[in-house]
Amino acid sequence: MTIEITFLTLSLGMLIAVPVSFGQVYGPKWGRFLIGIYEKVFRSIPGIVILFLIYYGLPHAGIKMSPFWACIIGLGLRSGAYQSQIFRGAIQSIESTQMRASRSLGMTKMQGFIDVIFPQAFRVALPPWANEFTIVLKDSSFAYALGVTELLRQGGYIIATTYEPMLIYLTIAVIYFIITFTLNKSLAALETKLTIPGFDIREKIK
Amino acid sequence: MSESKHLLRVENLRKSFGDNLVLKDVSFTMDKGETKVIIGPSGTGKSTLLTCINQLVKPDSGTIYLKDINVTQAENMNKIRQRIGFVFQDFGLFNHLSAMRNVMIGPIKVQKMSKEDAKNLAYEELKRVGLLEHADKYPAQLSGGQKQRVGIARALAMQPELILFDEPTSALDPELIGEVLAVMKDLAENRMTMLIVTHEMGFARTVSDEIIFMEGGVIVEQGPPEKLFKSPEHKRTGEFLFKLTELYGEGER
Repeated sequence: MTIEITFLTLSLGMLIAVPVSFGQVYGPKWGRFLIGIYEKVFRSIPGIVILFLIYYGLPHAGIKMSPFWACIIGLGLRSGAYQSQIFRGAIQSIESTQMRASRSLGMTKMQGFIDVIFPQAFRVALPPWANEFTIVLKDSSFAYALGVTELLRQGGYIIATTYEPMLIYLTIAVIYFIITFTLNKSLAALETKLTIPGFDIREKIK
Repeated sequence: MSESKHLLRVENLRKSFGDNLVLKDVSFTMDKGETKVIIGPSGTGKSTLLTCINQLVKPDSGTIYLKDINVTQAENMNKIRQRIGFVFQDFGLFNHLSAMRNVMIGPIKVQKMSKEDAKNLAYEELKRVGLLEHADKYPAQLSGGQKQRVGIARALAMQPELILFDEPTSALDPELIGEVLAVMKDLAENRMTMLIVTHEMGFARTVSDEIIFMEGGVIVEQGPPEKLFKSPEHKRTGEFLFKLTELYGEGER
């Protein structure tokens, strides 16, 4: 369940973040304004408050959903705000000639973004994105508060029958660690795989 | 308007950035197969003029015709940009693509050419600029001169009617300039229409059909290179050419 929440949250976040970051860099003024509000609001409110607002607040406006989906949407919107900033920074780190060259070939802004800017920005964004992944994984434990049976709550159930809190919580911690560790390792491998020959960012920083 | 003899016709072009009037009333024409070189001190709007022609920068007023299409009022600028190649001072190669893919991407994405055809085309264009053996290298693995030649091949792959060169050799080490100029000279001999901003006087003198001397946002003088070098009408033209020739040499590149 924890893994499910993490992946759905991250995917929803990314689905939001990529167009949002595109809008923030290339969009018209009003678009950038609206995006700015979204991004600032969701980055300033604690995750748990967003979840409570969606799960307990929205039903008053006639929108009801299961705790699981309230959690995905809440955390997804929040992660989208954070991820949009990761991608925005990455997009802005790509030199402007890349877009000008795309346009000079007759590409639309969108084509230039999809085929030229984003593939490069994605590589820049990967390390901070891996960090966001670990944050979302750990934030998935907020779902506990809405009664979703994720890792932490499951641990709670087991403790209720075994009376071994130390052992169980340690096990939970180890499981979180293992998930984070393996995923970070695979993202690092992906990073290496995507390295552009001769264009190594790490080398530039040294 | 049926005056479509000229390939490119620029009329009364004006452009300012804030308070800074960069182009004041620039007009000139280019015919098919012509090579024209724009020279002039920095900050006189030469690059701005080029970027106005393919509308990467929108001019404040004036009109630009490509054949009989009014570029300044074009509805689909992306269509027109396909017909105007652009070569950048800092190359602008797509860093995440190999030289081959850099040349292929325009035809594939914009002209919807099949991968197969685009590959053959890229092969031809890279051969033309003498880089076939580097086709699989990435921009960061190429020298400046090689990068710029890929840049030219990328522009050529779109089969443009006109290529604009914005100081194509200014970012290069001196010993790499020659290879790029050789490619451009070859293009000129094959009657590609080219408008080139450069400080390479030797190239301007030997290759161009006409030199346009710009200063302070206006065209001071334009004419065949020999005339401008030997008997310019304006004193300023002579002074500038003398200075540049002194700096860069007359060179028979």
